[in-house]
Amino acid sequence: MGTETLEELQNKAITEILEVYPAKAAKNRAKHLGVDTPEGVKGACDKTKSNKQTVPGVMSQRGCAYAGSKGVVWGPVKDMIHISHGPIGCGQYSRAGRRNYYIGTTGVDTFVTMNFSTDFTENDIVFGGDKKLKKALGEIDELFPLNNGITIQSECPIGLIGDDIQAVAKWYKKESDTPTIAVSCEGFRGVSQSLGHHLANDSIRDEIMTDTTARKEFETTDYDVAIIGDYNIGGDAWSTRLLLEEIGLRVIAQWSGDSTYKEMAITPKAKLNLLHCYRSMNYISRHMEQEFGIPWMEYNFFGPSKTTESLRKIATFFDEKIQAKTEEVIAKYTKMTDEVIKKYKPKLEGKKVMLYVGGLRPRHVIGAYEDLGMEIVGTGYEFGHGDDYKRTKEELKRSTLIYDDVNEYELEKFVQAIQPDLVAAGIKEKYTFQKMGLPFRQMHSWDYSGPYHGYDAFAIFAKDMDLAINSPVWSHTKAPWETKEEIGA
Amino acid sequence: MSELRQIAFYGKGGIGKSTTSQNTLAAMVHYYSQKILIVGCDPKADSTRLILHEKAQSTIMQLAAEAGTVEDLELEDVCKAGADEFNPDNTDITEGYIMCTESGGPEPGVGCAGRGVITAINFLEEEGAYDDELDFVSYDVLGDVVCGGFAMPIREGKAQEIYIVMSGEMMAMYAANNISKGILKYANTGGVRLAGLICNARMTDLEYDLAKQLAKALGTQMIHFVPRSNHVQRAELRRMTVVEFSPKSEQALEYKELARKIIANDLKVIPTPLEMDRLEDLLMEFGLEDDVEENAIGKKAEEA
Repeated sequence: MGTETLEELQNKAITEILEVYPAKAAKNRAKHLGVDTPEGVKGACDKTKSNKQTVPGVMSQRGCAYAGSKGVVWGPVKDMIHISHGPIGCGQYSRAGRRNYYIGTTGVDTFVTMNFSTDFTENDIVFGGDKKLKKALGEIDELFPLNNGITIQSECPIGLIGDDIQAVAKWYKKESDTPTIAVSCEGFRGVSQSLGHHLANDSIRDEIMTDTTARKEFETTDYDVAIIGDYNIGGDAWSTRLLLEEIGLRVIAQWSGDSTYKEMAITPKAKLNLLHCYRSMNYISRHMEQEFGIPWMEYNFFGPSKTTESLRKIATFFDEKIQAKTEEVIAKYTKMTDEVIKKYKPKLEGKKVMLYVGGLRPRHVIGAYEDLGMEIVGTGYEFGHGDDYKRTKEELKRSTLIYDDVNEYELEKFVQAIQPDLVAAGIKEKYTFQKMGLPFRQMHSWDYSGPYHGYDAFAIFAKDMDLAINSPVWSHTKAPWETKEEIGA
Repeated sequence: MSELRQIAFYGKGGIGKSTTSQNTLAAMVHYYSQKILIVGCDPKADSTRLILHEKAQSTIMQLAAEAGTVEDLELEDVCKAGADEFNPDNTDITEGYIMCTESGGPEPGVGCAGRGVITAINFLEEEGAYDDELDFVSYDVLGDVVCGGFAMPIREGKAQEIYIVMSGEMMAMYAANNISKGILKYANTGGVRLAGLICNARMTDLEYDLAKQLAKALGTQMIHFVPRSNHVQRAELRRMTVVEFSPKSEQALEYKELARKIIANDLKVIPTPLEMDRLEDLLMEFGLEDDVEENAIGKKAEEA
């Protein structure tokens, strides 16, 4: 890297990337790329433009509103059936890919990994699909009588032909006495999956928050909390729950990993809402604060430092008993995580990482890497907003590239320029970088590993990163003619 | 025989498109022995009623819905021969004939009628409905070119000549101008051309001049001025065209003249649609009032 500082190198990479674009695209993309440092005033984290339309013609990693509603927020609610309304593809290709773990008997009382679809054909487009939807709703209750509600997840054509799915849902709810919730999350709406999260939050607000049946008979304690914005990917919500229970709290609801209709409906009885994925569920947290007076706080359970910090913050909401218990728990696990750090840090220290992920991870996982002595030199959000970038600033430890809605070309160029030791992003990026001979971890569904939340999970996280970076496979990625000189020498 | 000509009738809803097109096509058969296929592109499916002497019993989309998919249909299921003299087997009056098909579509307010038109036309093409014997294929399209589906007949390889049915009222002229914009959009990619305005007269003052001026402004011709006649309605109540109901009437001869002009027509242009201001100026010029001052816009009529 010569004598250039990291910051100079990063700025140079941005300049070189923008040079290739036509003027208009360069002007647009320049607003989404920047460098920020912990000392920087009004750096990229404050200025980066986000939640804007993707530049046409580039390969974006973003999803759509349907993905945000069906795939992220509603999909993991296990005792409800989520029917994809429209042609078959959207439902089938979003099926069971996010590893939202749950307990139950699939097809009997839980349905997360199943695909329900109205399977639109040409005739349904021309004549409208309301009739077919009504029939499908009836079939669902006939075949799966133990479901506790149905959501209708709208695909693009529904919005184009103007079917009134809200009216169908209303009608069926009355007819069957089953909660029936329609979400108009057509994929073409908004600029990314982010709008889908919002629409899904709004539908929960309107349909579940207003259902007080279960709330009436619910007996509360002083220690009731809800986990908001944890989708139990690889069991994350479970490890979070165990830890919260260990410090003496009672988790009355998980949103929405391994969750049920009923536990969402009783959430307004919680004393505190604990928000992990701010981006996808800040809306409902704010609503519960305004409507039911429930405070909410963000926390971070990635890596021991952040977990400890978060546990202490959570404990301050409760009495001394909880606080004392929290210190006990921290002491107990710190001993264990110290051992993990002792084992892995020597192998990982100083390794540079570039992140590119979705909702909360571009900032939340930074601490976990730092605990292992690894350095984050670039991070960005697929669909973050300004408030996400502002929150990222607090996590920076050194000069860091900030890239919003970064495309395939840009990320590849950044990686070539910065030469990190690990890229941690999504499945679409994985093979590009592995073929370049770079260690990679898929940070959306943990590369079939996890959980990564809490103390116990840190051992898994550390092991995974070590496996990725120090695998002997990387010494075999050079072609014989590239290593010839070394062999001769 | 000559090469197949594909024509289409467009125009504001309620202007008398279906009536005018059927009467004209009937005259083309009755007097000039043309062989024609009518493709009705309106969910109401009333583009062939006067030729069949009944409303089309089964539309393409309706049958497709019953059969499961459009691929399950046969051409014979959806293509019906016209009644009496319009039937290919009836050669008493004419060698010409009319085959009728309707795209059909959803009830008002649901689904996507435009997609129905696309599906139906694709089906007809794939099934070979446009056979070598035909002289004309005529599309009768609902109202305005509101979306891609209703622009289907003017896209590549479909209708080459567009006749806009209009009258001397403001909304009909707006519609004619809009349709011209639609034609202009596809003119360079698909070769569609504006072939003329047909003025279905309401008999308002200066209507003839107004229609003629609009045609000139759009770069086309007013191909015919069809006067108002009770014969049209009388025939329509009997589910017949004028040439069949009363072939000796003056109105029948009007349609005969229009039929002759269409068969002989070689003025096909890329239209030059007007800006809104110019269109309004044109209306002022030939409108009922001599002049409307700038300061009169938005003002109520003075009460007596």
